[in-house]
Amino acid sequence: MTIHEQPHACPQQLTLKDFKSSVEPIWCSGCGDFGVLQALQRALAELGRPPHEVVVVSGIGCSSRLPAYTTAYGFHGVHGRALPVATGLKLARPDLEVITVGGDGDGYSIGGNHFLHAARRNVDLTYIVMDNRVYGMTKGQPSPTTEADWDSDAAPGGTGVKPFSPLAIALAAGANFVARGFALDVKPLAAMIVEAVRHPGFSFLEILSPCITFRPEEMEWKKSVERGAIQPTSDRAQATATVLSDTEMATGIFFKGDRGTYREAPRGHGDPEKIAAQFRVGGTAHMVPEDSACCGGGRAL
Amino acid sequence: MSEARKSVAIVIAGSGGTGAITAGSAILAAAARDGHYGLMTKLSGAQVRGGEAAALLEVGVDPIESQPDRFDCLIALDWQDVHRFAPEIPLDASSLIVCDPKNGAVPEAIARSGARIIELPIAEIASSVEGGRINMVGFGIAAELAGLEAGAVDEAIRAMIGGKGERAVTASLGASAAGRAAFAATGTSMKLPAGRKAERWMLSGNEAVGLGALRGGITFVAAYPITPATEITEWLAVQMQEFGGRVVLAEDEIAAVNMCCGSSFGGAPTMTITSGPGLALKVETIGLAIAAEIPMVIVDVMRVGPSTGIPTKSDQGDLDIALHGTPGDAPRVVVAPISIADCPATTERAVHLAEALQTPVMLLSDQSIGQTQTIIDIPADRPAPLTRSTVPFATGPDFRRYVLTDSGVSPMPAPGTPDCQWVADGLSHAESGHPSNSAANHVAQIEKRKRKLETFDFGDTWGEVHGPADAPLALLAFGSSVGPAKVAAERLTAAGTPTRVVALRLLSPVPKAKLAAALAGAKRTVVVEQNHSGQLYRHLRGERALPHGAESFARPGPAPFRAAEIVAHISQEVAA
Repeated sequence: MTIHEQPHACPQQLTLKDFKSSVEPIWCSGCGDFGVLQALQRALAELGRPPHEVVVVSGIGCSSRLPAYTTAYGFHGVHGRALPVATGLKLARPDLEVITVGGDGDGYSIGGNHFLHAARRNVDLTYIVMDNRVYGMTKGQPSPTTEADWDSDAAPGGTGVKPFSPLAIALAAGANFVARGFALDVKPLAAMIVEAVRHPGFSFLEILSPCITFRPEEMEWKKSVERGAIQPTSDRAQATATVLSDTEMATGIFFKGDRGTYREAPRGHGDPEKIAAQFRVGGTAHMVPEDSACCGGGRAL
Repeated sequence: MSEARKSVAIVIAGSGGTGAITAGSAILAAAARDGHYGLMTKLSGAQVRGGEAAALLEVGVDPIESQPDRFDCLIALDWQDVHRFAPEIPLDASSLIVCDPKNGAVPEAIARSGARIIELPIAEIASSVEGGRINMVGFGIAAELAGLEAGAVDEAIRAMIGGKGERAVTASLGASAAGRAAFAATGTSMKLPAGRKAERWMLSGNEAVGLGALRGGITFVAAYPITPATEITEWLAVQMQEFGGRVVLAEDEIAAVNMCCGSSFGGAPTMTITSGPGLALKVETIGLAIAAEIPMVIVDVMRVGPSTGIPTKSDQGDLDIALHGTPGDAPRVVVAPISIADCPATTERAVHLAEALQTPVMLLSDQSIGQTQTIIDIPADRPAPLTRSTVPFATGPDFRRYVLTDSGVSPMPAPGTPDCQWVADGLSHAESGHPSNSAANHVAQIEKRKRKLETFDFGDTWGEVHGPADAPLALLAFGSSVGPAKVAAERLTAAGTPTRVVALRLLSPVPKAKLAAALAGAKRTVVVEQNHSGQLYRHLRGERALPHGAESFARPGPAPFRAAEIVAHISQEVAA
């Protein structure tokens, strides 16, 4: 198998249509995820990488159905594990554009550990979370970002548990780009995605994406989203302070960092017989290399 | 002794920091240079560092694949808590105990073996040499006992200690020579016949699996630390600095196997490495990889379970989860190396199988294979490579990732290939890869995944038969149970009960025809395995792959299987 090291095509003229697949979304009419899909398709066209050089990776949930709705390569895995799949893919194939998508339950609850470590590892990935503050596919249970008093069958009267701030966590864990967008502001969202993809390292986009079926009150987000209030900074502490003090409805890029990305794989000789030689012992012609006795964790020859 | 001695079994034990394990490695290294074979198991207490430690060795003129029934000699550098190992160091009246009287009386648990006690002032001998250490005196004693050639002994020291500078080498050479001289003066010897000098390999099963991975073409490894498998990950992480490729230390077991999904989807031959508890965490994703047809090798170095169990001891209790762990119906390939020497080829073959069949391949090693160091003849054969089919039959709208074929295998172009975009999906899917709830699609794809395994010709790699092929008694074993079963069969044969060993390497899909041929004519078949519930026996019974009346001899770890135990079981059952 050849591992391609460089993109094989220069940016070219592409349109949203080039990324539209024939598969019909299963989403409810009015779902915010339609806006995110459209913004992503626009962004990919703008980025100019042809569909076969892009991979959209996801876990499980309504929003995780997205890969089949683009013409790119895709990986629709198990619940919560999109980020490790994307990490393995990007490390094996740095030439590809790897976009990870999913929802709040997938990314912040069952996949929460991977979220922390993907931010910390800082592989050059873009992670788009469509946050509707509810488990939609299983029909309306509270997620880690659901308000404490939101009433549901699974948690009558509310969970009583404080929702967490994904942006603050991403910043604390070391994400290199942190932003919040709104699903129905398609054009600015597309621009934000383009910027996130172009930014090196782990880029995190929390997108407020209303679930009008189980959270009809989220239709009000159209009015309550605070647009243009945020100025990007490269100061992580300042960005964190902004995130912790805002209403969780402000959109914009909060942070653009310059952390070094995950280190490149060593390039080696690829000859297993050179490696096997270390096991040789006895015989007349063989000389034991001087340095071999003290490496490899004290391996005795 | 009327017969020429073929091997000598020695234990070197001491408290933490005395260097008992280093001395054991030195004996193995010296024996290898003297033309002998050998096998070394390490024992250590539950402490992370320090505590008691023991090197259990057997060196001899023939290849050694299992722990001995008894030890000829225990060399105690000190006593401290060494008595805790007593059950694992069987001694008898014809054994020797070499110890330093300064350390007090031989502990009752050890002395009750009736072994002859030889007292030597080990510490005093060590201090007579500038910088001399007691473990090197112990090494000298062992070398003298086995009659290893002085040149081989000194060369082993140079190879092991050379990196620490000339002074350390001189001290070790001196201490070892002093130990030899002191033991020679006792007039006791268990001298081995001259070895057959040849270039051989000295390595552990874990290292051997690592080598097989590199030979198979693995370029991406993701793993989480877990005893007793971590050494494979560490070995690969060091080697891949030179070899190329990448080892990612994942945040957890689930992340590791999902990273493998991603890298393999990208086209890289991929491996993850774990033990039972980690395998349990990975099973959901293994189901995904089976459904989405993503190649990867999953190494499980089995230990005593369930749950945390006994992490440093061997058991073969993960067979059930390796065969069946995943929701739904997910046929998979499960292979197990039948010895340390078999690890490189079986691992290399596992990579090939994963790539060719586009499916996870489970490689079941165990602690006994993984963490035992041995001297083997350099394996001659390497399996012929098999690769992933990536060239599509059609492109554009006609490309179907999961197109139904006779072999069940359909081309898997990697991302970057124009006009072949597909989505890997754990959802039931149509030939196109698009999600589908249709019963027809679901059944067709399940059949396809089963057909891949059933139509593939595994050839002669399914296993091996040792001993007389027409023997009326057959012992059927896998993994580290094969070694002691082979020794038991040799003894039974020599004692008038011709016995064959059928060593099963391919555990799934069950090679029924090959197995039937291997067992043909056997009047009695006993499935020997190291777990409590007879997992291999039940598996083969369920597959109708065992002859009528086949028996199960299953017993769990942590105690290692010894040939005498198998012989006793067989003989007792015959008598009854």
